[in-house]
Order: sequence, then C-alpha cells, then structure tokens
Amino acid sequence: MPAMTDTPPTATLLEARALGFHRQDESVFGPLDFRLATGELMLIEGDNGSGKTTLMRILTGLLRPEEGELLWRGEPLTWDRCSGEVVFLGHQLGLKAELSPRENLRFTIGLHGHRNHSHIDEALTRVGLTGYEDEPVRKLSAGQKKRVALARLLLIPATLWLLDEPYANLDRSGIELVDALLEAHIAHGGAALVTSHGAVQFHGGEPQRVRLHD
Amino acid sequence: MANWIPLWLHKLSSPPVFYRFAGAVRPWAIALALVLGIVALYGGLVLAPPDYQQGDDYRIIFIHVPCAWMSLFIYAVMGISAFMALVWRIKLAEVVAMASAPIGAAFTFITLVTGSLWGERMWGTWWTWDARLTSELVLLFLYLGVIALYHSFEDRRQGARTAGFLALIGIVNVPIVHFSVVWWNTLHQGSTIRLLGPSTMAPSMIWPLLTMMAATKLYYIASLCGRTRADLLALESGKDWVRQIAEREARA
Amino acid sequence: MAASRSGFACMTDLRRPGLMHACAAVLHRDLTLAWRQRGDMVLPVLYALIVTSLFPFALGPESALLRRIAAGAVLVTVLLAMLLALDAMFRSDIEDGSLEQLMLAPQPLALMLGMKILAHWLATALPLIVVAPLLAGMLHLPASVMPVLLLALLLATPLLSLLGGILVALTAGTRRSGMLLALMLLPLCVPVVIFAAGALAAAQEGLPWIAPIAWLGAALVLAVVLAPLACAAALRIALDS
Repeated sequence: MPAMTDTPPTATLLEARALGFHRQDESVFGPLDFRLATGELMLIEGDNGSGKTTLMRILTGLLRPEEGELLWRGEPLTWDRCSGEVVFLGHQLGLKAELSPRENLRFTIGLHGHRNHSHIDEALTRVGLTGYEDEPVRKLSAGQKKRVALARLLLIPATLWLLDEPYANLDRSGIELVDALLEAHIAHGGAALVTSHGAVQFHGGEPQRVRLHD
Repeated sequence: MANWIPLWLHKLSSPPVFYRFAGAVRPWAIALALVLGIVALYGGLVLAPPDYQQGDDYRIIFIHVPCAWMSLFIYAVMGISAFMALVWRIKLAEVVAMASAPIGAAFTFITLVTGSLWGERMWGTWWTWDARLTSELVLLFLYLGVIALYHSFEDRRQGARTAGFLALIGIVNVPIVHFSVVWWNTLHQGSTIRLLGPSTMAPSMIWPLLTMMAATKLYYIASLCGRTRADLLALESGKDWVRQIAEREARA
Repeated sequence: MAASRSGFACMTDLRRPGLMHACAAVLHRDLTLAWRQRGDMVLPVLYALIVTSLFPFALGPESALLRRIAAGAVLVTVLLAMLLALDAMFRSDIEDGSLEQLMLAPQPLALMLGMKILAHWLATALPLIVVAPLLAGMLHLPASVMPVLLLALLLATPLLSLLGGILVALTAGTRRSGMLLALMLLPLCVPVVIFAAGALAAAQEGLPWIAPIAWLGAALVLAVVLAPLACAAALRIALDS
C-alpha cells in the first residue's frame, strides 16, 4: 500500500442527520443519526428486512436518501465526491463466475486505473486461497468466493470500507480473517462500516453500534 | 427548486393543493369541451360547404387534424413533465407525464383510424405509407413503449422516471423519424399523397377546425385532471391528506 | 487522496486515475467472457440463417422476387438477431453485482459502459456481418450490392448496439421481457432501417448510394458520443429508487 498522505488524526468522514428512506409509502428505515470518523469502526445491526442493504446503497451514493442529510467530509455526499475513497463489498460479490480469482482481481486493479498486478498472489495467499488462483469462480464454494471479494480490499486502497454482511458464508478462520483485516485497516487510520444481522464479536475494541428497527 | 418559480406555481405542485385545484377545473373543462365540440361538429359537418375536390369526404379532417395536433402536443407536454420530473424530482410532474401517455396514445390512435378512413374514401386503400401516417404510427409505438415500461416497474415513482426518460429519448426521435419517412417517400415515388392538400381553406372551414382544436385541448385538460387526481391518491395513499378525503367521503 | 495501509507494500500510483487502463480492463474482461462462452456467439448467427431461409419458403423460390427483397430482408434479419442478443448486454453484470462495482469505480461511467457496448457489438454483430454475404447469397442478392450491404451493416449495427444499450440500461432491474425491449427499440430503429435500406435499394438500381450512407455515418458519430452518456444516465435513473 502506498504511503498515506496524512489525514488529521480523526477526520469525520460520514455524518448522517435524520437520514430516512421510503419505498411506496412504507418507511424502510427511520430517522438515523450517526457519525463516523477515521480510525473508527461502526456496526449496523438489524434483522433481515430492516433496511441494512438500502442504507448501504445510500452510503455508497448509488441511492439518494429521501429524508435527512448525509455528509461526506462535511459536504453533501455524492458519488463523485467520495468515489475513489470508498470500497464497497455488497451482498452480491461482483465477481464474474467464468473468470478465475486472479482474473477477477486483475480486472479490479485495472478498473481502478492501476497497472501493478504483482500483489495479486500475495493477496490471494493472505485470504487463504492458495491453489485456487486459477479455478473459475463458479467452481468455488460460497466461503471461497467471499474470500476472493475480501482480497479486493487488500488490493484497492481506500479510506472507507462499506461491508454488507462480510461474515456471511465464512467459517471460523474466515471470520478471523475479516476481523484481522478490519483491525489492520482501522489501525492505519481507515474507517469501516459493517452490517450484520447476527451478533458479532469484534476483537479490536468496541465498535459504535447502530441498530435499525423494522 | 429554482428561485425564479413564482410561489403560486410552487404551491400548486404540492399534491393536496393540485388535487383540489384539478377538482375545481375539471367540471368546467368538460362542460366547455362538450359545448365547443358540438359547435365545432355542427360547423364542420353541417355549415361548411362541400370541398370542390373531395365533396363531403373531406369533413373527417375536423376530427383528424385536431387529433393529430393533440397527439403531438400531448407528447410535448409529456416530455416537458418528464424533464421536470428527472431534473427537479417533482412528484406532480411524474404523475402528469404518466397520466398524459394513455390520453396521447388514444388521440394518436384516433388520428390513425380517421386517416385510414379518409384514405379509403380518397384512394380506395385502407392504409397508405405516406409520411404523416407513418410518423403517427411510430408515435403510437413510442407512446405504447412508454406506457409498457411504466407498468413494468413495481415502484411507481421509479417507473415514472424511467418511462419519462424513454419519452425524452423519443422526443429527439420524432423529428428524425418524420424526416427519414419523408425522404423514404420521395425515394419510392409512390404516393406523394398529402393528406392536407395545399388548397387554401375557406374561412367557413377554418373556424370549425379551430373550435375543435380548442375542444380537444379542453378535453385533454379535463381528462388529465381526472387521471392525475386518481394517480395522486394512489401514490400518496399513506399520507394524511388522502386519509382526510377518504373519511370525508365516507361520512358523506 | 488518503489511502489506508494494511501492511502491504504496493507501488501503485494513485495520482492519475488511469483511464486507459480502466477502458482496456473492461474491454478485455468482456471479450474474455464472451470468448469463454463462445457457444452463445453462434446462436444469433444460426437464428439469422434460419430466418433468412424462411423467406424462400414463404415467398416462393423464384430468384427474381427474392433478388428484389434480398437486401431489405437481410437487414431486418440482422436487426432482429441483434435485438435478441441485446438483452444479455447487462444482465449477468446486474445479477452478480459487477455492474454495481462498475458504477462505484472512480471512472466516468459513460466511458466504461461505452466499452461494454463495444465489446458486445464485437461479440454479436461481427459474426453476423461475417455471415451476411452468405445470407444475401441465399436470397440471390447481386454481387455488386454486396460491398454496400457490408458497409451499411457496419454502420447500422453499432447504431443498434448504442441505442439498444440505452434501452437495456433503462430496463435494468425490471422483470423485462424481450418483447418490451423490441417495442421500445424498434421505433428508434426506423430511421436507421430507412437509410440503410435506401442505400441498398439505390445500389441495386445502380444509382448513387453515398448520401444515405453518409447520413448513417453522421448518426453513428453522434451516437458514439451521446449514447454512452445517455446510457449512464439511464442506468442511474433505473437503479436509483
């Protein structure tokens, strides 16, 4: 990862004020207030259907909030303001089934405009996919697919990680992997926002918790 | 919203206000449309003299031409509303655009049918590929595409915005299609039929035509008010103002 | 631009967004995927062959009649084959979340979608253009018209891909049927068909055919610039709730 241009110790990245969203007259989630700064981890909890994924899509800038305000570094959040600093791992992983993990990651690196492909193998080893680098993704298990997506986090530098259900489909070593990645990211001044519908034990200290109700 | 828009216009774009406004306008529009329509028909079918070339057959233009004009006018209204809906996200503009589409499609259909009837009388054929009729046919497909796209979405607002975007693309297309069909007609030299002949029209023919144009416009306004009110109720069904109206009607 | 370290030494240069790399990456990926499923590339060609062979069955085998309709029939057949293949332009990307990642990448979306449309055209239209002489031969098209046919297809098919791309983006995420796409696309295609067929008819009569071809060329230039922008706008409208 390149040397970081220094950000001040804690810069507020995301701030939500009375953020809300409707669909067809039904409130998907109610007025939400939170603030996330660099070096912080936030956990969004809620049952299935409580709007976690919708909230995630609003935070990426793909969806426009209907109520309230969402600020990125003090300005209203739009895609062009925050793209390049945010990495999103969605429920659908964004991997092409016919390509191998290596090819998928080469594409991701190229898409972000970088040319250096030399760290793909290291990243794949780090996430525990040694030996599977050239298998088409459709042949991998759900947990392995998730690991390929996690490898993306290692290869694309970003300040904010938005992870929707990162622990889903992973076994114990996978869960520890996610924790380790999050700890390292936070320790180096990044921020992360994670959703989960189960109870999550995060070892790097107590995260902010926001609960979405139905 | 832009600052230059007068306050009353801004107020009007709020659903409950527009609902009341449209409810007041609609009966007048229907009544006036009916009166003017009857007057225009009387003037066109009875009072105006027979055309020296076409005899009595030409009288269908009193329906055909206003309907053709409306089919284009409504498309323009739909396009402008769609633009406002996409750029400024005005809910009312979305509703107006989508409510206009079926009305416009109906006028286009009537234009095609009356054009076909006229063609049958004039040249013995039920259909002819002249520039105007062919352009109207493509316009009908554009309308139907917008309507179909709107209904394929479950979220009404998203459907309205998407179909509105399609309508805007179509607007660019309508002059292109007309131009290409005109060129195509000259290429094939077949029918340089002009449904509206170069003959200047006698004044006794013009005033029924203009009256009918006014009547159809009023009909459109009336129909639009009715449809928009219904769509607004459906769209805002969870809101308080709708509930109050429902309670009031239940008590009445 | 801030970046996070996670213990990796990576020498990527973050200052320039590397637009060329991104375009090449998208094009390379889509063409690789098309090649991996090259069975799918054959289907439009087979479809075109079968439909073309229906014309003699329907109209009778006399070559005089077939010769008159040959150019137009091949044009319409290729158009319909492309229409069938158009649906797949974004479908798999929507289903596996790749389109989302594309929209979130720090690159101009219009350019990325333009690359996707280009890849789709290369994979679906080029095989059709290659087989077009065969289709035309089946309908006894005079050999002198063949080059004009190829030129017309080379101009008309990318126009179809570009216009179709906008509409497929617009219906992204609906339960759409191919019929809806056809209903929306065909009115937009009428001018393309008219000018392409006009050029072919003129060529068949021995008349100058360059004017309609020039119109098609101009339209294509315009579409190459504007359609990807419209496609990106359509995608944002369709996916933004």
